[in-house]
Order: sequence, then structure tokens, then C-alpha cells
Amino acid sequence: MRQKVDNREGYFGAFGGRFVPETLIHALEELEEAYERYRNDPEFNEELDRLARDFVGRPTPLMLAERLTRKWGGANVWFKREDLAHTGAHKINNALGQMLLAERMGKTRIIAETGAGQHGVATATVAALYGRECVVYMGEEDTRRQAPNVLRMKLLGTEVVPVTTGSGTLKAALNEAIRDWVTNVEDTHYIIGTVAGPAPYPRLVRDLQSVIGRELEAQSRERFGGDPDAIVACVGGGSNAIGAFHPFVGREGVRLVGVEAAGRGLDTGEHGASLTGGRPGILHGNLSYVLQNDEGQIREAHSISAGLDYPSVGPEHAYLKDEGLVEYVGATDDEALDAFVLCSRLEGIIPALETSHAIHYAEKVARELGPGKNLVINLSGRGDKDIGVVAEALGMDAREAGEDPS
Amino acid sequence: MSGAERLRGAFPGDRTALIPYLTAGYPTLEGAARVGEAFLAAGGDVLEIGIPFSDPLADGPTVQDTTTRAIENGADLRYCLDLATRFSDRVPVVFLLYYNTIFARGAERFLDEAAGAGVSGLVIPDLPVDEAADFARMCEMRGVGFCPLIAPTSSDGRVEEAVALATGFVYCVSVAGVTGVREGLPPKAVELLRRVRAKAGVPVALGFGIGSPEDAAEAAAEADGVIIGSKLMRLVGEVGAEGAGEWLRGVREAVGAVEKAGGVDQKLA
Repeated sequence: MRQKVDNREGYFGAFGGRFVPETLIHALEELEEAYERYRNDPEFNEELDRLARDFVGRPTPLMLAERLTRKWGGANVWFKREDLAHTGAHKINNALGQMLLAERMGKTRIIAETGAGQHGVATATVAALYGRECVVYMGEEDTRRQAPNVLRMKLLGTEVVPVTTGSGTLKAALNEAIRDWVTNVEDTHYIIGTVAGPAPYPRLVRDLQSVIGRELEAQSRERFGGDPDAIVACVGGGSNAIGAFHPFVGREGVRLVGVEAAGRGLDTGEHGASLTGGRPGILHGNLSYVLQNDEGQIREAHSISAGLDYPSVGPEHAYLKDEGLVEYVGATDDEALDAFVLCSRLEGIIPALETSHAIHYAEKVARELGPGKNLVINLSGRGDKDIGVVAEALGMDAREAGEDPS
Repeated sequence: MSGAERLRGAFPGDRTALIPYLTAGYPTLEGAARVGEAFLAAGGDVLEIGIPFSDPLADGPTVQDTTTRAIENGADLRYCLDLATRFSDRVPVVFLLYYNTIFARGAERFLDEAAGAGVSGLVIPDLPVDEAADFARMCEMRGVGFCPLIAPTSSDGRVEEAVALATGFVYCVSVAGVTGVREGLPPKAVELLRRVRAKAGVPVALGFGIGSPEDAAEAAAEADGVIIGSKLMRLVGEVGAEGAGEWLRGVREAVGAVEKAGGVDQKLA
């Protein structure tokens, strides 16, 4: 069935909406009102800008990756260094903005879901900054894969609740966070970590992450005198990609590429590539591309990176895909691992495994563009959290000095 | 008589209807049918059948466990429709399901199949009224009752929207929260029932958190129907279908002794 949903509020074309229990509608309306009221409020923006500068460290640099550029022999490769933002990823941009809204709505308790732990850490960080109680839901499997981030959250005073239902990953954590919110909606704000969930979240999170794209636009003009020829970003839920793409969507001459997790390969069914391997469906409050079986049961995603291990994607990406405004492609676990090592060795930057998917595919795009063009990789996060998973996958052992995994 | 009319007619007016819930496919594919038989024998007026979904975000741990088991048992939509057929000639059957199940099947095909199985009504916890207008119209064309949910957090405006779309009954959620047993009936539930019944032209039922004959009796004084789910599913797991049916008989007696405030305004009936 095709619903008549175009141009409706809360929708991106046919995608988006607000498919949640009735209990939450009031809170979503409240959030929407607060956002409309404060988005252009000078005092709100002054506080957000000040903290973005002093607390987060914005603007993040745009850096020429010289050795990668030389190795690939194509376009100049630039990194937008979101890994240098406080807490080590772009997630803080959204968490901070939503925290400021929560304060203005009088919500004193903060909850969040997390996969890789980066959004959980970002939320725990802003909750600590404002002295608020914070509970983060995290799949049990992910608490194991991302143990350092669990410890960081605990140190920041946040309660981390391991979720054992389902596969124990991000999907299950989101279910639990929504259930908590339904139960404690009066005093609790749910800081969702990506451009998914019910309206107004996809738009709200996009706007808060668009600081990446706005900075990139100004920095590109300054460094190479115009727009980038291509921007490549990884896509799980899709917040770093939307943030980087947003000002450039539909602009002539700027190729936008979103890289999903192809996991063990799209043909194996074990992946997190909702846009290239799924079809429209409803999960976690919105209509978007979803990994599901014929009867609409949601499938478990797979990715070596916890942050891309999610069976759906933000509804705006679904719209951008169908409109042909962004290309969506995949990188496998193995390809991401290779890119992880390559970036570490050539550029002295250990990237997040999520980001490594984008780095892998950027090689192809850089070669297609050719020398003299400019390609930007949104370096969405740092990879310190991933060294355990990577070491295990590559058979590295800290006790055996001098071992070379490559 | 359409399914929706039949469903509305199952609320007797002078006493409160009892609506037991079971998860299709729990504890086993065949066991779920025995659960349904036990509930009918205990005096259920309407049977609510939950269609298992992988991500039931309105459900608490008890019902989640049953749906997980049911999916493992192989409870697909064909099975759920067959299960409905086994009861729908005796009592109105209502499906409780998440919208992706309908969306994946295609709404028209789903409604044709549900009507074919004698399903009288649909409760869809993740389809609030803002998203429901088109689908509710499709339900109406096929005579399947649309049963919107209303929560204590719903504004008066939303109550009016929901009531306007309701062709089966209005499902009032007793608390802000997920399904599951709680101690006593929250005061807001009574307030909500009064608020909704003042506007509704269809029966109004209360669900979520009703875990004892006393809770049910308290609800019965204000509601046209009482929905009991988690407590029954817990009992099915602990003492089996017959034990759960026995407990439900006690609820039937407690509810039967209560004189209901006001009558059902059967404007649509």
C-alpha cells in the first residue's frame, strides 16, 4: 500500500511520520513546540554556540589527507575531523542541542539508547555538564564489544542498562528506551541518537548535526575555493551523513555518497544495509527502509561496527535515495577493517570502524573524480573504542611485540 | 451484520464486557487454541488475539516473552488468521498487532484476509490517530471495527479525533507505560474513562495493568469493557490454560457483581 503522505508535516516525501503509542504523542508535540520556539531564539543559540566552541571544540578542522591522496592517485582527500569533537565523535552535536531543549522543557531526567556507545557517552557527558540524572540503554552484546565506552558513561555518573532481549544490539536498546520513555514521559526527555524515530526527531537531529555541513561549506571555500566535488559518509541511522550532506543536497557538482554496512556481504543477508538491502516498513516510530522478512518481522542486522548494526535508517535518507539525490553503497566488514588499518598507518588517525566504511568506499570515488578534484570524508569518529574488536579480528596480541597484521 | 456492528453489540450495556487477551502461538501453536477455549468457557465476551511482532514496543516483559516464544514456534500471519477462525463464529475476535505487519502484507489484502477469518476489530498500538485516517476508512469499508487507543496524556482534542475514527471500541490505556501487571488501578484511569465516555458513541474499554478481580471490578464500574492481558499470559505460563481460565472465571464473577455507571450510548450500533 502506498499512503498519500507527500508534503505532510513530519514526512520526507513518503517517509517519516509518527508511529508510536498514543502515550508519547503529547511529549512529541511538546518537543516540537519547544524546538520551534527556541531554534531561532538568540539566548538558546548563544548558549549552544558558546558550548559548541568551548566544550565541544568546534569548529572541527578540515584536513588534507596527503598520504591517502598520493596512495589513491585521484582527487585530493580531505577529512572533516569530527573525531576531534569532545567525546570523540559527531554525536555530541546532537546530544548538546537536545540537552539545552530538555532544560527549557523542564525535563529533569535524560534517557538515551546507544550502539557503539558514542551517543551514550555524548549524552552522559551533557547530562553531567547540566547535573541531570541519566540512564542509557545498551544491548548486552554491545556492552561487551564497546566496554571502554560503558566505563566512560559510568564514570560520568550515568546508569548503563544492558538490554538482553533480541540480539542484544542497538535495535533492542531502542525498544527499551522507548518503553522507558512511555513509562516516565512526564519528567523524562529521550535524547535519540540519530535521524530516526518519530517526528520531530529526524528533523531536529538533522538540524543539530548540520553544523558539520555548514562548517564544511565555509572551510571548503577557504581551502580550495569552492564546494567539494564529493562528500562521503557512513550511514547507520545516518546522522553524521545527513549533517555533512544537508547544505549540499541538490547542489550541482557535489556528489553525495552514503556508505552502509554490507557486513559479511549483501548476498549473505548478514549486513546492516537497510537502503540497499531492505524495503519500506515501520520501525521505531517512522516509515523508512527496513530489513525485514516477507511478513514484516524485523531482521537482525549485522556489522562489525556496533554503530552501523541497525536494521533501519533515518527516513530522510529513504527520501534522498528514492529521489536520487544521494548515492547509497556498501562496504563489508573486511573492507572496513582494511581501511581502518590503512588510515591509521598512513594518516596517523585511528578512525572509528563506522567511519572506516566511508574511507573504504572513498578510494573508488577519489579515483573516479581524478586528480585536482576535492573529496571530503566525514571522519565521524575516532576508533579507540574499536581497538579490541579490530585486534581480535586481525589476530593482534599486545603481548607479542612486533607483530604486523597487514 | 458487519464485524464492527457485532463487536459493538458484544458490550451488553447493563454490564461490563470481559475481554481476555492471548498471544497467538503461545505457549505452542495448538496450546494457544486451548487458551482461547478456556477464556471462552470462563465467560469472555470478546477475544483479543495478539499477533506476534519482533519489536513490540508497547509491551512489557511478560507479553514480550510470549511473542518471542510464539515467533520461535512459527506463529505466522496465516496461523493467526486460522486461529481467529476457530473462535470468530462464537465471539467477536479482535486482533492486537503492530502496523508493520499490516504494511508488509498490504493494507487491503490484510483487511480482506482478516475479514475473511471473521475478525471484527483491530487494535494497533503504534498507529495513533494522526497516521490512522486512511486506514480507518479502509477498515470501515470492509466492516472491520477500528479501535483507537487513548492514553492519560491524550488531550481533549485527540480524544475527539480518536472517537471520530472509532468504529469498534475505544481502548483506554490505564497508565502511561507498557503492558504489564500493576498494583491497583491508577486514579487517572477513572478520570480518563469518564472523559472518553462523555464523548464516545462506541463502547469504551480499559486495558493495561489490570491484574486482579478487584482491579477489574473497579474498572467495571466506569468502563464498558475490561481488557486483561499480561496477568493471563503470566498465568498461562505458570499454571496452564485451565488455571488461567479458572482465574478469569473469578474476574467474571467480580465484574458481574458490579453495577456499571451510565449505559453504553449505542449511537452507531
